[in-house]
Amino acid sequence: MTFETLGWQGLVILVIFGLSLLIATYCTYAERVIAAFMQDRVGPDRAGPYGLAQPLADAVKMFTKEEFFPGGASKALFTFGPCLAMTTALMSSAVIPFGNAVQFGSTVVHLQGIEINVGMLYVFGIVSLGVYGVMIGGWASNNKFSLLGAIRAASQNISYELAMGLALIAVLMISGTLSLREITLQQASDAPFVWRDIFNWNIMKQPLGFIIFLVCAFAETNRTPFDLPECETELVGGYHTEYSSMKLGLYLFSEYINIFVVSAVMSVLYFGGFNFPFQYEFRDWLASSRGLELITAQNIITVLGAVGLFAKIFAFIFFFMWVRWTLPRFRYDQLMRLGWTILIPLAIFNILLTGGLITTGIIK
Amino acid sequence: MQSLSNRAKILEKKPMTLAERAYLPAIFQGLSITLRHFFTKKATIRYPEETRPFSPVFRGLHVLKRDEQGRERCTACGLCAVACPAEAITMVAGERKKGEQNLYREEKYAVSYEINMLRCIFCGLCEEACPKAAVYLQADKMAPPRFERDEFIYGKDRLVEPVSPDTRSKRGIQLTAEQADKLRTQLA
Ligand code: SF4
Ligand code: SF4
Repeated sequence: MTFETLGWQGLVILVIFGLSLLIATYCTYAERVIAAFMQDRVGPDRAGPYGLAQPLADAVKMFTKEEFFPGGASKALFTFGPCLAMTTALMSSAVIPFGNAVQFGSTVVHLQGIEINVGMLYVFGIVSLGVYGVMIGGWASNNKFSLLGAIRAASQNISYELAMGLALIAVLMISGTLSLREITLQQASDAPFVWRDIFNWNIMKQPLGFIIFLVCAFAETNRTPFDLPECETELVGGYHTEYSSMKLGLYLFSEYINIFVVSAVMSVLYFGGFNFPFQYEFRDWLASSRGLELITAQNIITVLGAVGLFAKIFAFIFFFMWVRWTLPRFRYDQLMRLGWTILIPLAIFNILLTGGLITTGIIK
Repeated sequence: MQSLSNRAKILEKKPMTLAERAYLPAIFQGLSITLRHFFTKKATIRYPEETRPFSPVFRGLHVLKRDEQGRERCTACGLCAVACPAEAITMVAGERKKGEQNLYREEKYAVSYEINMLRCIFCGLCEEACPKAAVYLQADKMAPPRFERDEFIYGKDRLVEPVSPDTRSKRGIQLTAEQADKLRTQLA
């Protein structure tokens, strides 16, 4: 890796970092607006046009609030919890391929923080580290509600990570690689058949696996209907009961970043990532009828693909919020029953099914 | 057991069908409901930019009326204060001096007249009690929100119906310079 590509890669990482933060910021706004719209209200509209400066106002509020440490709490761990939650949330977006390569001159820049051949494993590792942030925070608060919330978070995440991993294995059986970039590229298709592009997405081969993954994603990000760790009706605020000021902000923020990352992972794994229908036809059309160089045409496709990926991600984020304002919360035993007695057997069945279909050659 | 009202419904607890147990159909039904609401017209009225249309008999903010010649009608009889169930009205009566006939209709007038809008329940009894047709509750105005409690005590400055200088002259009122000053400070 030359110094120049290193510089470009650093820039890409910075952009992804900034984008994650920006998207998480505006998720807080979107959440409120969507909630309001679904309840026939208009939501925040006072700060700036359409209330768009609301996240700024929130940040000012968060920063100026009192930093509170509960009595008897371990100060170091109490501070460490939200930091860990935030760091792990931000780290996982590094391996997601947000676009194909952009090429100018001899420089090729991949729109991806880092390309590693175990990208999926990396995401899983980091996501499961995320629960430590919640656990440490809940433990250090010296409050029974926080502790209960943290315990719930831990057992919920462990239970659903199993089903999630099993759902993922079926995808890996098809792709044969853990690299997210490879998985994305495999979902592209240059066959001329019109619908071939979309049919090549993994969702077509893994509908059951996708549903399992989606349900687990809700549980992993602690979103309704699985937001037991911060269930207000029982646990005040769950693991962040004792948190105030920007430390609470970091927790809430990391949750939104997690949603963003999980949405990105789902788009990449099941919805073709940065591929979009007719991309090759469009590229060839650009090259032949518009007289662009092939490289330029490819760059345009790359940028459009990145935009398309973000459209998919936003659709998922909307779906997360849509579900939140529709469904009531599960009871804790229902949550565990769903995870262990339904999702995990289903995921195993899905693996067997996929294996059968692969050996019979129906999907490849 | 025989129910007394005969309106009790017998509920059977049937075992759930497979579709019900699979959650997903019900979830999609719920999602479609919320999505429908997402696009419906919102019920919110963006006060203060938008206001609700008032009924013609709405009882809003009080006004102390003037007569056709621009004189204050109130004679500080105190009947409104007596009628007020919330004890929101206080006043100090004074005697009209010579040369103030163009300001006050009666020989006695209210030197100060205050309504506490936090106490007032906008029942309109003051309006009914007034023998001089002086106090009215306007149908199109409300006491606007404020930050301080003091600001809800409305004195004559905010209650008396304003008279613009030109309408005053048209109605033939001649004010002395100091009366005009007094009026202006009252209206400010
Ligand atoms: S409206 Fe009713 S409560 Fe208000 S000042 Fe008049 S009499 Fe009193
Ligand atoms: S407003 Fe009417 S009732 Fe009240 S003191 Fe004046 S004249 Fe009397």
